[in-house]
Amino acid sequence: MVPLKVLPVRRQVSQSALQRFYLAEILVGLGITAGHFFRNLGRWVTGRKGAVTYQWPEERRPLAPRLRSLHRLVRREDGSPRCVACMMCETVCPAHCIYIVAAEHPNPDIEKYPERFDIDLGKCVFCGFCVEACPEDAIRMDTGILEFSAFSRDGMVYSKEVLLALEPAGVDGLPTSSPPRSLIRRGFD
Amino acid sequence: MSATLVDLGIAFAKVGFVMGFVLNLGGLMTWVERKQSAVMQDRVGANRASILGLRLLGLFHPLADAIKMLTKEDFMPARADRALFLAAPVVSVFFALAGFAAIPFGDVLRVGGREVSLQAVTLNAGILYVFAMLSMGVYGVMLAGWASANNYALLGGQRAAALMISAEIAIGASIMGVCMVYGSLDLQEIARGQGAYWGGVIPKWGLLTQPLGFLLFLTAGIASTKRIPFDFPEGESEIIGYFVEYSGMKFGMFMMADFIETVVIAGMTTALFLGGWQVPWLFADGFHFPGGAVWALPHVVVVVLQIGAFISKVILMCWLLMLIRWTLPRFRYDQAMRLGWLGLLPLAVLNIVVTAAVLLL
Repeated sequence: MVPLKVLPVRRQVSQSALQRFYLAEILVGLGITAGHFFRNLGRWVTGRKGAVTYQWPEERRPLAPRLRSLHRLVRREDGSPRCVACMMCETVCPAHCIYIVAAEHPNPDIEKYPERFDIDLGKCVFCGFCVEACPEDAIRMDTGILEFSAFSRDGMVYSKEVLLALEPAGVDGLPTSSPPRSLIRRGFD
Repeated sequence: MSATLVDLGIAFAKVGFVMGFVLNLGGLMTWVERKQSAVMQDRVGANRASILGLRLLGLFHPLADAIKMLTKEDFMPARADRALFLAAPVVSVFFALAGFAAIPFGDVLRVGGREVSLQAVTLNAGILYVFAMLSMGVYGVMLAGWASANNYALLGGQRAAALMISAEIAIGASIMGVCMVYGSLDLQEIARGQGAYWGGVIPKWGLLTQPLGFLLFLTAGIASTKRIPFDFPEGESEIIGYFVEYSGMKFGMFMMADFIETVVIAGMTTALFLGGWQVPWLFADGFHFPGGAVWALPHVVVVVLQIGAFISKVILMCWLLMLIRWTLPRFRYDQAMRLGWLGLLPLAVLNIVVTAAVLLL
């Protein structure tokens, strides 16, 4: 049998008499909280903000430019997708959430274009591999849109048309476009 | 006959004023609790309840709370003692409300040849009455703990009883010093006594004549409200406490009782230690400033000033109690017992002895 070894624990006892006298320390603590109270109250009364809270959704924090948010498909000058349906993103996607149907492009220089380009955001893990893999810089995750939810699984599948219509975020990282409301309500009404 | 009717009317008016004051302030305390804690902790606090888009700093939240509590399921455990289970919240709120009746909110109002003492009930032994009502309040909590047929509720009720015994004795002993200095058990007489001055400058408020008594009373008073730092009868992180089986408005009544007790303790502290309705250098005929200047005021203005001073002091005390509640952590059960029996009680007795010695000399 292993002999029990008792380790002495040195408790912190180096408190001054004033600290051990409970009341004095209470007054110090009350001073701190009352200080916060009056400082914040003064800010509120003079029309400034006396809290660290952001009042979402009216007030939004700026987002970092490198943040991965909702995808969008980059457009050519004529408004058609820049995507050439090479299937790189669909292949690299660890969540298998991208579904592409390729079709022949009328322009022989471009070869292919996506007839369908669906992203199931209910499966997406926002790893950004699709953006990294794309040889044409045709898909980006810079819309700044973080709030997309739907009442049904169908509503989470974003089609080519929806993704093409999205715009990049503004300078503060906040979205300048939003997915259509009909998508969110799908399956609900 | 008509004189009796007028007397009856006056009595109703006084009771109505006190009830309205205590209930409204108690209801407002839920808002104060949310907002004050938020401002103290650099937060915004509840502000989303709105009527027609009007938010008013979250003042509608108590209203929303009331609607929510009244429309919730009124659940009762199968093995609960039905009568006691129903009686417990009523007992709690009733005694908390009744406590304020003997606290004076102004001096004498003279209307049409009548002298109306501005306190809901004129009692010779007002202190004992308030004290008794505060002690009775714990019966509601004990009944709740017993009637719920729940071990945690029973633990909570038992803790509340133990806390109340240790706190009430300290309260009683700490008040004795005040009674000795002002020579009365009548809260109105004590408030009048605090209108005297040292050298015509410094008012003889209880805070200055009985500083130790003030600290002891405040500590024991907070303990008797069962709120943090003495909230182990609830102890939501350990036993949840005596109201664990209560829901809806019955639970709301327990919360309400806690807030009303806070207001009662604030009122008691005001009456005993902060000069009650006294305004410094304000006498029955107007201000008599230390320099010798006199500013005569009509009787009605004096009375309004006194009532205003009392209300302001009570609100200040409520703020202070709230500040303490949101600053300190919870005492452990045994720590609070030790503080009550080995800290507050001996100090209160010492306070009595020293006060008696000073008064004799």
